[in-house]
Amino acid sequence: MEDNRKKELKKIAVNVRKGIIEGTYNAKSGHPGGSLSIADIMTYLYFEEMNVDPARPDDENRDRLVLSKGHTAPALYAALALRGFFPVELLKTLRKPDSILQGHPSMRYTPGVDMSTGSLGQGISAACGMALAGKLRGKDYRVYVPMGDGEIEEGQVWEAAMFAGNRKLDNLCAIVDFNNLQIDGSLDEVNSPYPIKEKFESFGWNVIEICGHCFNQIEEAFAAARQCKDKPTCIVAKTVKGKGVSYMENQCDWHGSAPNTEKYEIAMAELDKAMAELEA
Amino acid sequence: MADVIKCATRDAYGAALKELGARDDILVLDADLAKATKTITFKKEFPEKFIDCGIAESNMMGIAAGLATTGYTVFASSFAMFAAGRAFEQVRNSIAYPKLNVKIGATHAGISVGEDGASHQCCEDIALMRSIPNMVIINPADDVEAKQAVLAAADHEGPVYMRFGRLAVPRINSEDYHFELGKGVMLRDGKDVTIVATGLMVNEALLAADSLAKEGIEARVINIHTIKPIDRDILIKAAKETGAIVTAEEHSIIGGLGGAVCEVLAEEYPVPVLRLGVEDTFGKSGPALELLKIFGLDAEHIAQKAKKAVSLKK
Repeated sequence: MEDNRKKELKKIAVNVRKGIIEGTYNAKSGHPGGSLSIADIMTYLYFEEMNVDPARPDDENRDRLVLSKGHTAPALYAALALRGFFPVELLKTLRKPDSILQGHPSMRYTPGVDMSTGSLGQGISAACGMALAGKLRGKDYRVYVPMGDGEIEEGQVWEAAMFAGNRKLDNLCAIVDFNNLQIDGSLDEVNSPYPIKEKFESFGWNVIEICGHCFNQIEEAFAAARQCKDKPTCIVAKTVKGKGVSYMENQCDWHGSAPNTEKYEIAMAELDKAMAELEA
Repeated sequence: MADVIKCATRDAYGAALKELGARDDILVLDADLAKATKTITFKKEFPEKFIDCGIAESNMMGIAAGLATTGYTVFASSFAMFAAGRAFEQVRNSIAYPKLNVKIGATHAGISVGEDGASHQCCEDIALMRSIPNMVIINPADDVEAKQAVLAAADHEGPVYMRFGRLAVPRINSEDYHFELGKGVMLRDGKDVTIVATGLMVNEALLAADSLAKEGIEARVINIHTIKPIDRDILIKAAKETGAIVTAEEHSIIGGLGGAVCEVLAEEYPVPVLRLGVEDTFGKSGPALELLKIFGLDAEHIAQKAKKAVSLKK
């Protein structure tokens, strides 16, 4: 990836993170930790990888994204807003009664949201259905499905993984946001899903392990996924929960709580500083 | 009576799917039960439009939802126990909340599953599905109605839960019967009491009305094939004109047709309502027809309830 493009994506990712903080702060609730950990991947997907057009959010040939880890809707909304699906100003309305931005993604409220999610484990099944539809109709669109690493404790994930492997859905790309933290603690303290790579491989998937904050690696992984034939791909992206806001990093308490005014200002100052460094 | 045709509503489901197969937008999903749910009838004709999801009903509902987002009309089939029970939350969150075009074909509902016993005798599915917004529920009385109901469901925009039985049941509708979604059907008029029935209990209600007539009680019989949205008008009219209601269903007395009828009449025109159904208990193994009698799901018990309902009229 060219340095300029990489810098551009990094700037967008800072703005995605600012959108996450803005939304959860104004809502006084929401899930900043996992939103921040998936922010770089969401940025890459909507600004580099996916074939989407904000003017035609229902285009039948578009690539689709199913946010199976639906609680990280703030990251999806920020990416969609910055990509032009709706005004960035609306991010402040997150979780409010008249908002188009529900606490968890709803395809009936928000332009650009391809599937309603929020109940963990269900998004990947819907993504399998979309990918299968593409195969049945001979379309070449791709389907992306970010999942939480805690989410893969859900049995339905493995029902879907079996189906996708068996049906050779190579137009399906799952991303496991591997930040190693869930609500009650670290993954292995709660109910270890390890080894993640071997599990998906045994279900017939192509698995790629990367750093989920490194755009070079993210680019290579999605390119390799596109090249892989007859197998769905799972990108296991090692990430930091709360990435980009120092006091949230690696703290599972920030899984589902919003910053107060003091913490909001600290977070925004850090993100503004990061942006200034990128612009310097 | 020797010439009564008997056919299971699940057979009609398979036949209707086959008829729909010519449509480009139709797909049929099953969870390793195609021979039992009769989706095999469709599969034989349209193998490329049939997707077996294996023994994974929750995933099947999600796949159905994903397919539907791309414009397909998807029929997802399993036994009622697993379609409504096991996959309840997938049906709620992945299908009904986004109001996707998924039609759930739930066979082997109720006690008449027979020998398989309580684990498979789902008497809670109507209650479960009725509580979900956007969901339409159809429980046909015979094969003629079942076939038309499937065709109507295919044309309805949004999710539909269709409840079918394993047991061959008497055909009560003629070939020129016209199914209308959401409209109850008055099969017999009467002024003393109304029997509101659904599914295989409609035939029993007609038999009960015959026996009541011999005792001088004129019972109206209404077939409620669409349990949600329920035909409020036909129920209110029956309450006003007959003053007492008996409901009859092969389902728990909690939350099903009886519950739905009580909800309407309590608010609109209260009259005595007696509910006949499975009395808040689990089923058990046995031949279907014997079990229906054991659980009181027959004309004789309907007639008894009807007489009691008449006695409660003010």
